[in-house]
Order: sequence, then C-alpha cells, then structure tokens
Amino acid sequence: MTNSETMQAEAAEAEAKRQTDKPPDPYAEVRRNATGGKPREASAISLRGVQKHFPGGVVALEHIDLEIEAGEFFTLLGPSGCGKTTLLRILAGLEDATGGAVAVGGQDILRTPAHRRSVNTVFQSYALFPHLNVRDNIGFGLRMRGVDRDECQRRVDETAKFIKISDLIDRDVAQLSGGQKQRVALARALINEPDLLLLDEPLSALDAGLRSQLQVELSQTQQRLGMTFVFVTHDQQEAMVMSDRIAVMNDGRIQQVGPPEDIYERPANLFVARFMGHTNLFPVERTGDGSLDTPLGSLTGCGDCIGSHVLIRPETIELLPPEEAGDNRFRARILDRLYRGAFAEYQLECGDTRIAAIVSNRGQRQYDPGEHVALTVDSSGLVFLDE
Amino acid sequence: MSSLLAKRKSASGPGHWGQTTHLLGTIAPGILWIVFFLVLPSFYLMSIAFMSNGPYGLPELPLTLQSFRELAGFGFLGWSPGNLYTLARSVWQTLIATVLVILIAYPLAYYISTQPASRRPLMLLIVVVPSWTNQVIRAFGWMNIMSPDAPLSDLAASAGLISSEMGLFPSNFAVVLGLVYNFLPFMVLPLYASFERLDGEIVQAAHDLYARPINVFRHSILPQTLPGLMAGTVLVSIPAFGMYVIPELLGGGKSMMVGNLVASQFAEASNWPLGAAAALIMILATLGGLMVLRRLGQRLGGGKEVVL
Repeated sequence: MTNSETMQAEAAEAEAKRQTDKPPDPYAEVRRNATGGKPREASAISLRGVQKHFPGGVVALEHIDLEIEAGEFFTLLGPSGCGKTTLLRILAGLEDATGGAVAVGGQDILRTPAHRRSVNTVFQSYALFPHLNVRDNIGFGLRMRGVDRDECQRRVDETAKFIKISDLIDRDVAQLSGGQKQRVALARALINEPDLLLLDEPLSALDAGLRSQLQVELSQTQQRLGMTFVFVTHDQQEAMVMSDRIAVMNDGRIQQVGPPEDIYERPANLFVARFMGHTNLFPVERTGDGSLDTPLGSLTGCGDCIGSHVLIRPETIELLPPEEAGDNRFRARILDRLYRGAFAEYQLECGDTRIAAIVSNRGQRQYDPGEHVALTVDSSGLVFLDE
Repeated sequence: MSSLLAKRKSASGPGHWGQTTHLLGTIAPGILWIVFFLVLPSFYLMSIAFMSNGPYGLPELPLTLQSFRELAGFGFLGWSPGNLYTLARSVWQTLIATVLVILIAYPLAYYISTQPASRRPLMLLIVVVPSWTNQVIRAFGWMNIMSPDAPLSDLAASAGLISSEMGLFPSNFAVVLGLVYNFLPFMVLPLYASFERLDGEIVQAAHDLYARPINVFRHSILPQTLPGLMAGTVLVSIPAFGMYVIPELLGGGKSMMVGNLVASQFAEASNWPLGAAAALIMILATLGGLMVLRRLGQRLGGGKEVVL
C-alpha cells in the first residue's frame, strides 16, 4: 500500500469513528476516576539551574532555568545536539542532572527514580513492547502500579476510545502502521494520568501528510485533557503549529522563550532568527546622521535601535513599480518567483545582496524574473539583533 | 520447511510452477542428504532396538521388547537401577550445566555488548578461542588441574569440601564443570547477538511506565533477549545431554551419561539392541526437552512463537 493510500484509509477510519461515537469528552470520566471524583489539576514545572556535564568535559546543558505553566503545551526546539533531548530525559528520570533542581507541582523530583515519577514519555521510536499486544501495552503502566485487572481493562478501553484506536486493541504491535503505533504510544502514556507528559520527536518518523494530521490531533488532545505537555522537536514549523510557548535551545543553553509569534517575529538573536528560517539578515552600521547603513542601502526611521544585524521579514516587504522612489525604497531585480498558491515567494537582487520577499496573491501585482522593482521596507517591522 | 513450501505455493499460484520447481531444485540436495543420512539411519536404529541380541552382540529376529526391559534394569540377576541412574544423571547434569552456563553467559554477553564496538570482537574471540582446541585435549587439561595432588584439589580439601586423598576428579562435579566450560561459547554468542540488537528505548519505556527494576528485566530485557536465550539453551543442552567425551574422561566410571551407556553397549558389552534402545530413548528425551523449551519460550515471550 502506498503512503497516500494508507493516509486516506486512516483518515476515513478516523472519520468513521468520529461519526459513530461522539460524546463531548469521554476522557472526563477517566480523569475523575483517577483522582477520586475531582477533576485533575495540571502541574506546573520549574527548572532551576539544571546542568548536565558528561565525563570528559562535554557540556550537554549549561544552567537551564525554565518555568512551564500548568496545562501548557511547551516545546523545546533546537538543532540536534543542542541538549533538548537530554533535558527531556532529565525530566523523565532517564538521565541524571549534574546540578540544579526540577520541581513538578512544587515537589522536587530529581532524586526520584524514573519508575516513581508521575511523568510519562512518548518515545521517538514509540518503544512499544514487542511481546505484548496493543491492550497490554496500553495497560502496562497501570498494571505495574498494581491496578487490578478489571479496572485496568475498563480504563484501557476508555483511553483507546478517546485516542480512537478501539479497533486496534487486540492487535499485535508488529501489525501496526507508523501512525497507529504513534497513537498506541500516546495512549500508553496518557492512561497513567501523569503530571507531565514528555514527547520526544514523536512525529519525526511519519510521512508529511500523516504528520500534519497528528500535529492537529495531538494539540487537540492536549487541550481537551488540560495536561502539561513538553514536546521536543527540531522542526520549527511543527513547533509553531502546536505550542503555547517555545524554548529555542542551542549549545546547551536556552536562547529564547516565548509564544510562537514572538519567536518568529521578534527573534532574540541571530541564532534564533536563522533557526526559525529567516534569511533576510543583514549587518548594519550606524552613520553620523542617525540612519543605518546596510548592504541594501541606507535605512531611516528607526532611531534608537541597537544591534549588529537587522532582520527584514520577507512578508513585511512590499514590491512597487520601479519608478516609485522614496525613503527605505531600494531598486532591486527579480531573480526568481516561486508560486505557492496563496502567496508568491520572490528572490531579489539588490546590488550584490540577495533578499527574499513574500507577497500575497490577493490584489497584489505580480512581477516576472528579470523585472526591476522598488523594494519597500517597512521600518516598523524591522528587528535588530546581536550574535 | 513444509510451511515455507506451502507459503510459496499459495503465493505464486498455478501460473508460477517454474518458481516452485526452482525452489524444489534448490532444496533437493539438502532433503536427499537428510533422508539418506538422518531419516533412514534413524529407522534402522529404531528397528534394531526392537530386535533380540544374538550370540555375538549383533541384532537378530524375532522382534522383542527385551532391550527396553533391560534398559529399565531387569537383567538376569533381577532388577538393578544402574541404567535408570545413568538416564536420570544425564538429565540432571544437563540441567545443572545449562543453568550454570546461562548464569555465567547472560551477564557476560551483556557486558560484552556494552563495551566499545572496537573492543567487542577481541572479547568474543577470547570466549571462542578455547573451543578451537580438541575437546579431548581440554578434558585432559582439566584432569591435570583437578587430579588429587593438584592445587585446585588441595584448595578444595583444605576448605573441607572433599577428603584430602581424593581429587576433584573423577566426579559429577568434574563432569558438570567440563560441560559448562565446553558449552559456554554456544550460549554467549547467540545471547550477545540478542543483546547487540537490544532496543534501549524499550527498556527506558519500562522504567518510565512505573516498572521496578525486576519488572524492567522481566518485561523489556528478557523478552528481547529470549530468542538468543532459547537458541543458546538448545545449542547447549542437547549436545550436553548426549555428551560422550567429557563424562568418559572427567567422570571416570562414577559419572556415566547416556552417551557413554550407548557407546559401551555397542563396543564393550556387544549388545546392539540395548545400545539402540538407549539411543532411541535419548532421542525421545531430547524431543521432549525441546517441546518443554518451546512451551517455556512461549510463556516468557507473551504467547508468541520463539523460533528455536
């Protein structure tokens, strides 16, 4: 079966399930049961000066301070080797921190071994137990905590219904597709009602279509449960789609923490800007008359901006006919135009400098490669950054 | 093998006879070999077991169950338990040796798998190298080490384990030691292969899902290493059960196993039917053991078939 066929089949399956059973929130009962009738309170997580030094002088984490709010979908974003997975493993108890403190719901957990923490993980490879079927995989955590067989059975059924995998319940894990395994791994972690759910790049092994479908499902699940999720990814699009807040990490340090809009529109430094996919980054030099010297030309109207570089987001650039001159307008030549449906992506050349612009396809004049334009920069949309 | 054939047939359908004949052609030499050198001799052996013993130790008609009666201990001089002891001792020594081999090999294989990849081949080599020497020579080596006036025997005597004038050999202990020493590599290698493929995330998942260390082992490490453990157990226990050289040399007359019983009936005692009967019992016991192992593997592996 090809990927698209699998996706269609799965989408149809999910749709069929949605139509047959639609209680408003089937998990509410599970939640009440787990807490003896009270709706469960989500837990806040507080990290203070968390460090991880490996023997041999390798520093994986350098003094991490983070406050994660209760019920938040929090993402650790960064390139591989930035320490995000190490941080996740410290939260899970699978790795020891060499310094600092981690509190979940106000209680320090760093001395608690992994199997006593109310923290569960969805692993990158899903890590389903190959000798157990789907039902026993999902119920594993409950059984290990001594929940009796009938209760376990009932809660597995409820969770499976909630995650929409009831029809897979008696299958062997070897018979599952990637997307199904992902859902089983999620159910196996969620059923334990942890204070904190950790997700270690759980979507990275899936193909693009299924991936975006599961991104939506996962953030909806999190919203319905109100549980605190910490999600690790290296994909900035994924992070922006799913998260309430993002922490961008590099070299074992946190570079910036904030909601996706902040991270994208106001990156704190060059690393964050580059990692979020920005390419229009230019060195600036202040001149005597208060304007800024850039490779494009001289920028005016941004009096007290500090920073060695300027970020001009491609969607803030306007392309006007070449004869319209003025402040912050530069003559540029179109090198390339990529038609993306809702918008068009231009590559322009301004002097020796290349710059990208994104122009909406609604009511905007489109230009062809080779044409000259007046590239207009909105000085209020500029972001000034340092290394 | 028959299931493989059936699968190929059902998959290929009537239009693909060429493939099936091709497959048959490929496996025919193997099948012929097995038929001529395993199946036919086994039937011959079985038929001898039901014959009577002639004056020169050669089998003769009529067919009789006399050999099995003799094997159970009913001889000219009334009943004696000697043969049954030998059988029981074979089973018992095999069990002890296999358990000891597992206890030594399991941590060893794990340890080797945790070493840097560049060091592992050397460590495996060290495990395997002894088996490049002839079994008999190694058994003689142990005889020297465990003879009455050798240091190891003196040590055991001073610890009060044995009386000073008798050595550690010949004894049941020496035989078990010899078996463990001899078969260790056959357990270490398949176990190492399993440990090398061990998925660490599954182990971590068990930790993460509230499993205490003992349950982490039971539910994540054991199931993953079960194929190696089962393969190793078969490779160790079956040859150990039929072992001839080690009990012969290290057990002296004190610690005979079934293999020695069979050999003695065909050679010194000149009683082919009795030897054949003992061999037949040995084969049946082996098959029974395999079935028990398979059940055990299924139980530990959560009802799944573990290929032996």
